[in-house]
Amino acid sequence: MAGRNGDLPRIGVYVCHCGTNIGGKVNVPEVVAFARTLPNVVVAREYKYMCSDPGQLLIKEDIQKLNINRVIVASCSPHLHEHTFRKATLEGGQNPYLFHMANIREHVSWVTDDPEKATEKAKAIIEAAVYRIQFHEPLESKQVPVNPDVLIVGGGIAGITAALTLANAGKKVYLVERESSIGGHMAKFDKTFPTLDCASCILTPKMTAVKDHPNIQLITYAEVLEVDGYVGNFTVKVKKKPRYVIEDRCIGCYVCVENCVYKTPKYPSEFDEGIGLRKPIYIPFPQAVPLVAVIDPETCIEFKSGRCPKKCQQACREVVGRDAIDFTQKEEILEIQVGAIVLATGFQTFDASRIPEYGYGRYPNVYTSLEIERLVNSSGPTGGEIVLRDGRKPRSVGIIHCVGSRDRNFNPWCSRVCCMYSLKLAHLVRERTGAEVYNFYIDMRTPGKGYEEFYEKLLHEGVHFIRGKVAEVTDWTINPEEAGRLVIRVEDSLIGVVRRIPVDMVILSVGLEPRADAEELRRLFNISCSAEGWFLERHPKLAPVSTYTDGVFIAGACQGPKDIPDTVAQAGAAAGEVLSLVDRGFIELEPNIAVIDARKCSGCHVCIALCPYSAISFNETENVAQINEALCKGCGVCVGACPSRAIHQQLFKDEQIMAEIEGLLMVE
Amino acid sequence: MKSFEPKIIGLFCNWCTYLAADLAGVSRMQYAPNLRIVRVMCSGRIHPEHVLWAFENGADGVLIGGCHPGDCHYIEGNFKNLRRYLLLKRLLKQFGIDERRLRLEWISASEADKLRRVVDEFTETLRELGPFAQEAPLFQAAESPSPIQKSTLGMKEED
Repeated sequence: MAGRNGDLPRIGVYVCHCGTNIGGKVNVPEVVAFARTLPNVVVAREYKYMCSDPGQLLIKEDIQKLNINRVIVASCSPHLHEHTFRKATLEGGQNPYLFHMANIREHVSWVTDDPEKATEKAKAIIEAAVYRIQFHEPLESKQVPVNPDVLIVGGGIAGITAALTLANAGKKVYLVERESSIGGHMAKFDKTFPTLDCASCILTPKMTAVKDHPNIQLITYAEVLEVDGYVGNFTVKVKKKPRYVIEDRCIGCYVCVENCVYKTPKYPSEFDEGIGLRKPIYIPFPQAVPLVAVIDPETCIEFKSGRCPKKCQQACREVVGRDAIDFTQKEEILEIQVGAIVLATGFQTFDASRIPEYGYGRYPNVYTSLEIERLVNSSGPTGGEIVLRDGRKPRSVGIIHCVGSRDRNFNPWCSRVCCMYSLKLAHLVRERTGAEVYNFYIDMRTPGKGYEEFYEKLLHEGVHFIRGKVAEVTDWTINPEEAGRLVIRVEDSLIGVVRRIPVDMVILSVGLEPRADAEELRRLFNISCSAEGWFLERHPKLAPVSTYTDGVFIAGACQGPKDIPDTVAQAGAAAGEVLSLVDRGFIELEPNIAVIDARKCSGCHVCIALCPYSAISFNETENVAQINEALCKGCGVCVGACPSRAIHQQLFKDEQIMAEIEGLLMVE
Repeated sequence: MKSFEPKIIGLFCNWCTYLAADLAGVSRMQYAPNLRIVRVMCSGRIHPEHVLWAFENGADGVLIGGCHPGDCHYIEGNFKNLRRYLLLKRLLKQFGIDERRLRLEWISASEADKLRRVVDEFTETLRELGPFAQEAPLFQAAESPSPIQKSTLGMKEED
């Protein structure tokens, strides 16, 4: 009989062993023999790796020699290799959409215990594919132009690296940062492991380069509000918060800060993790980019009472002559058009007060590692001097690893950076104060270039290492040596003894976790999160910076805990992916759009209200609905709702879906 | 006699539940082999007739999988699906079919474990309910209202 397209279906079925991934569970020869008995199957073959060149060659040769006009590959998920085999089908001389993939790896061999049942399930899936593919028809994919401009969300080291790479390649980049300065977490660090080079020495030039780059438009103190459109053509709304200082006029001279009615800083500085203080008008740190002051309306007297003499404004106007301060500034909504988006929104650190037995927030000399980063930083609140809250120098310091990480009560994952930064802090504390430093670790994890060597070095610097999970930090002392100090109680698991170590300062090596609003952000950009809340990559190995939403890429610690070298590498990878997308100039869209048969349409309007993209309109003269192909995204909602069965979705026609269901149920 | 093994047709959206099934595979989670999956781009694409067609052709249960409310790749297709699902449940009851045979679950791309749990649970439920054919013998014997006839049978006759 003739197929739906006038040609007789001649089906080729190719069953992949995937090494032992499929072949080790599914009886592939039996499945192939079964496939040969199915209607219109001309040839059925098995091969060790269908995705390899010789595997693809089987398809191409059969198309040419046996006039195969429908191709089924039973192997892995279509999300992995559909593209590969469509291409092979095309190269063999057939329309690429006369191909269908039967997923017998992810959905069969990897999830089924019993080999016999796995084999039966594989047969059912292949039979379904054979039934379905009879209804496939040649299709053409649509090409749409790609806007070469790029949006990068997050101005930490990941966002900065991606922005510079893309801008150097000549792309227009919009870099949106939530804080008033770019720099992210890295800007807060003093030294970086394992080379101990100074963080700001390597970061500041990059931050300045971002500011000076003609291709980068830096939008700080701003957040993404809305994202519309699709790969190649996104429209993004960005909310720029009022900083009450006009950016173009401010020269970062600090005169306003000096003239604030507050003679001394009074409020905890966010940048200094609350270790240092700031005034209501402030510049977060001296290397800030842009170097522009910002007014915090929560603490500024003018905003609280409206009765401030506004000396900052007066000084800016009269002393500097810039008149940059504007108390009436309103938030601004910017709309930008881009073709691709890179999310580099980073991480937050674990809230140490969630573990009450470690005493954070209760004992003043228990610090988080990020607070210590500010304390050891030469541009930090103490000028790099490591002192206790009362100004004394610590004689002994305990560093507790894995705070919130590798702990079923909190975060089960390893945060990857804590062992190394704890070693770094141990080195810095020992070097600058000469204090006894104790590291309390569960396992020492130092995989990375030069990392194990750094650990080795620390072992010879007189730093103490005690293997064991700390039970508690307490000020309950039992002997004169402990008096007035904090005591760390721990089981030293190498000697099997519970020890009490008295220290003056405790550093909690807090782990990394997804940002609190990662979930909102994920929805905004229509991507997925892992169960833990990290942004989900398209493939953990082969597509680590891509997402399931085309045109949206991820880089850095928003994808999972990682250190600076890995973050920079990922940012480069994301920039590379963006370039390969936008430099092509166009993208091919799946032809899975909906099509209306005007002869069947009764003009009932049901589909028009349902379409989430307003792609369907009503043709008054013909009295039928019509679809704008350029707007249709291929969800098929209208198809499922049409009471006249007048709409079909290409690649997902009712006949195809129902034939597939029928085929799935044929095998017992 | 072989014990009854229910057949489940899974109608899964491409972006969430189908990916959860992929992730279950990558994570080597073992679950009941009774599930057989059909991929659609969005759960909103699913027509009630797809479900009825599955029952008619020998399915003992149908599992619809979509993105969580608010997470739909196509903005709100899953809500459209929900409305049809609720109506269809009522229809099934009128046909004398136990409504537990149709199940809707929101399973995101990262919820492989939920998928495993739901499939195992659903398989157990259907084992207890017994074969669909016993419950609604007339339903399967009825002439199909579908626009396509049993696809391959038709073809073989014409050959």
